Amino acid sequence: MRGESLDLQLVSDAIKGNRRAIARVLSSLENRSVTLAQIKTEFSSIFVESNTDSWSSIAVTGAPGVGKSCLIDKILIDWSSKGIKTALLAIDPSSPRTGGALLGDRVRITAIDNEEYKDLIYIRSIATRKSSGSAPLIVSDMVEFLSAIGWDRVIIETVGSGQSEVRCAAITDRIVVVEGPARGDGVQAEKAGLLELADAVIVNKSDISGASQHASEIRESFELGLGQTPPIILTSAISGEGIDVASSVLLELEDTGRSKRAKWRERLLAEYERKILESDKLEEILENLAIGSMSIEDALKVLGDD
Amino acid sequence: MSEPLRIVVAKPGLDGHDRGAKVVARTLRDAGHEVIYTGLRRTAQQIVETVRDEDARFLGLSSLSGAHNHLFPKVCELLVKEGLDDVIVFGGGIIPFEDRDILFSCGMKAIFGPGTPTAEILDFIVEACEISDAGVGQNGEWHWESTA
Repeated sequence: MRGESLDLQLVSDAIKGNRRAIARVLSSLENRSVTLAQIKTEFSSIFVESNTDSWSSIAVTGAPGVGKSCLIDKILIDWSSKGIKTALLAIDPSSPRTGGALLGDRVRITAIDNEEYKDLIYIRSIATRKSSGSAPLIVSDMVEFLSAIGWDRVIIETVGSGQSEVRCAAITDRIVVVEGPARGDGVQAEKAGLLELADAVIVNKSDISGASQHASEIRESFELGLGQTPPIILTSAISGEGIDVASSVLLELEDTGRSKRAKWRERLLAEYERKILESDKLEEILENLAIGSMSIEDALKVLGDD
Repeated sequence: MSEPLRIVVAKPGLDGHDRGAKVVARTLRDAGHEVIYTGLRRTAQQIVETVRDEDARFLGLSSLSGAHNHLFPKVCELLVKEGLDDVIVFGGGIIPFEDRDILFSCGMKAIFGPGTPTAEILDFIVEACEISDAGVGQNGEWHWESTA
């Protein structure tokens, strides 16, 4: 295995901007062979609390096929032209059966093919690896590391389906939900959970009929509820319509506060999961549970004492 | 279980045939690996940058256009230049046996032609992981003898 312990030279190189070193540090975090806490201890000076209200990480989520990748591509082009360094962490699910994953989000990102922009963009594909750990925690560590070494903005692209993916979104500063036309009435209920977390909603594929009607429906549903209605933006990643608006609205996006409780709920669950997964008693507890010498209640008690 | 391997499957050059690349990607996925597919018509530079940013251990190149003798060595050369000499490179497609020695001499460790059983590719991956100098720039002697 590569990188069993913290390689100080590697982290230094990553801080200086060496792309291979960045990729390797992210792998070590992903494999849990290095923890962010270790890096923080050795390189405390790069982890400074930012004192601006601006966000550093944003999740772009929504159902498969609504055009998240294409939209992100257009936004990356816009932000790069403004000189903003952006990292994209594209999350796809691992197969629960084999643990394997096909990570294809890069295919649609053309921004990085532009010679002028490629140094301003870093793309990393991430599989959720449900069996071996917890994607939200890994992603949260990666985001913090990337922000610390000078990536102005970090975009997390997730599929707005499974719990793990929604939790990935909840660890970011802001959440954008992408919708599309012709999603049908039958999905209203399913959308509720995700839309609840949104700081902005983008209705993509405005070139297809029904998009603006769908945007109005979403607006109405927000206005019926309590709190501030988030920005609802119509875009077409194909024609480019609305992209400039979306790009600048997202850059300045404020925390609506509406989703605070829901976000904190997800973060709390993620941290609690981390506490269990990182406990040095975990192996022993699992062993005892497996042979029946301990109950789940006892196990929780032991873990809670940490 | 150990961590899954990260493998980039790439289509260099002007070649729109990706059935083979997709079959290989699917095979590797089903064997529990994390496969990053680049899509069609990538340049050597783009492929190398993807391998670098994704921290891939293996790179699979597919070509059915006949340009493999130009494209594959170019990718190998750039990988070494970028300091990615420990990445293990294999290839597949319409690649005549008489062309393969040149590709091995560039640091590629296997070439799979049409009709290769997918299980053989997985056997290659397992064996290559065991060899300490299988990387593209490590000048190792070993390469896989494929059946097709």
